[in-house]
Amino acid sequence: MDLIADNLPAYLSGFRVTLQLTLLSGAFALVWGTVLAAMRVSPLSTLRGLAVTYVELLRNTPLTLVFFFLVFVAPQFGVLPPLGFWTAVIALSAYTSAFVCEAVRSGINGIPVGQAEAARAIGLTFSQTLGLVVLPQAVRSVVPPLINVLIALTKNTSVAAGFAVVELLASGRRIALANPSEATLALVGVGLFYLVITIPAGYLAGVLERKVAFAR
Amino acid sequence: MRTRTAGPIALAAAAVLTLAACGGSDDADSGSTPEVSDVEAADFPEGSTMAALAEAGSITVGTKFDQPLFGLVGPDGTPEGFDVEIAKIIAGALGIPEDGIEWKETVSANRESFIESGQVDIVVATYTINDERKQVVSFAGPYYEAGQSILTLASNEDIQGPDDLAGKKVCTVSGSTPEANLLENYPDTEVVPFGAYSDCLEPLRGGQVDAMSTDNVILAGFAADDPTFEVRGEPFTQEPYGIGLALDDTDFRMWINDVLEQAYEDGTWTEAWEATAGSVLPTPEPPAVDRY
Repeated sequence: MDLIADNLPAYLSGFRVTLQLTLLSGAFALVWGTVLAAMRVSPLSTLRGLAVTYVELLRNTPLTLVFFFLVFVAPQFGVLPPLGFWTAVIALSAYTSAFVCEAVRSGINGIPVGQAEAARAIGLTFSQTLGLVVLPQAVRSVVPPLINVLIALTKNTSVAAGFAVVELLASGRRIALANPSEATLALVGVGLFYLVITIPAGYLAGVLERKVAFAR
Repeated sequence: MRTRTAGPIALAAAAVLTLAACGGSDDADSGSTPEVSDVEAADFPEGSTMAALAEAGSITVGTKFDQPLFGLVGPDGTPEGFDVEIAKIIAGALGIPEDGIEWKETVSANRESFIESGQVDIVVATYTINDERKQVVSFAGPYYEAGQSILTLASNEDIQGPDDLAGKKVCTVSGSTPEANLLENYPDTEVVPFGAYSDCLEPLRGGQVDAMSTDNVILAGFAADDPTFEVRGEPFTQEPYGIGLALDDTDFRMWINDVLEQAYEDGTWTEAWEATAGSVLPTPEPPAVDRY
């Protein structure tokens, strides 16, 4: 345990980057994923097709490959993303939004169709129906799966360690290299710091769920 | 459905066969084949590691699987390179033929734990001897002395040595010795850590990083493959590569040192070098082993 205490500054700087990656990518993914879900249930088949293609492509590609395309393949087509933090945010949000989309869509599908019909009957447009009637109910019911997606995102940020971002895992590897006799402990420390994010997130999910859930 | 799937399956089977055939032909001309000594377990002191390994007729060797010139696994699954040849020389001196060697991939981060837990008998994996590591494992050798150097675009005239790296983006591997060295001794350098050295090449080509830095032998392999890259300046660190083994096994360590010295003398070391890394690097003088 001395090892973790002695290297606390290194751990904390990595932890900060991991936290920033999680929060930023999480926020972008929630927004973009909800937009995608709206596209998937929209009456326009072009939008539906685009959203389905996007979701299937991103959801079924390993995250490492998403990073690979962004970092190594995109430059060959003249797109030079700034290496490091923002590339990681783009890759993580693009990947996670596919999962957010599916979670939100399952919530939308869980809302009885009568709700949407009633909204249309009183003259609301499609976007009003979705924004004022359907989504507010749908999002409540998908809090647990969304938190699941965000916990997965927290751990997925470790993939960025291989792509020019010095986050928690990369810091842990540096510490392990400097202390070969306690390399395992150094990585246990990395695991502990992930728990600092994921366990409160799980707890928060429970609280939120009780708060926003409603009986139907 | 049945008729539809038959085509792709046949194609896949053909592909597998072709690959297997390629693997077979590669095998025949790979590396050199060091002599296997005619020794028996009884020739070694009773109870020693050498006797146990010779008796078993097999040895587990940890090496890198992704390091060109030193330990690189080809499509057929067997590693090739200078480290691999050194391991074959040691196995040969124990009377263990090539097919008695079990190769296990070790990466920089797990070499100590593999030795400590006994998952490998020896590690020959561009393994730099240093004092921190000597507290956990022991080292025979060195059998080669590398040094950290810089690779950059041939057209880049700004970078001639490590002191020119200040303010520049330098690619290296996350959690490696070269990374630690840059952070400690060249703090003005902006370190860009990737997962593997080969990952640095595209960003370097595209100008997203200005240089990459690691042991000269690794850089030489990349520069030899692609003339747009050039190794700059003299190595600015000493990285003596040793053979890692269990901490308290002094007899085994001294015996490996004897084997290395023997290989220096009778030319097998030079042969091993020329068959592997020597294809792009000049042949050096073998370093003196360190019997600490």
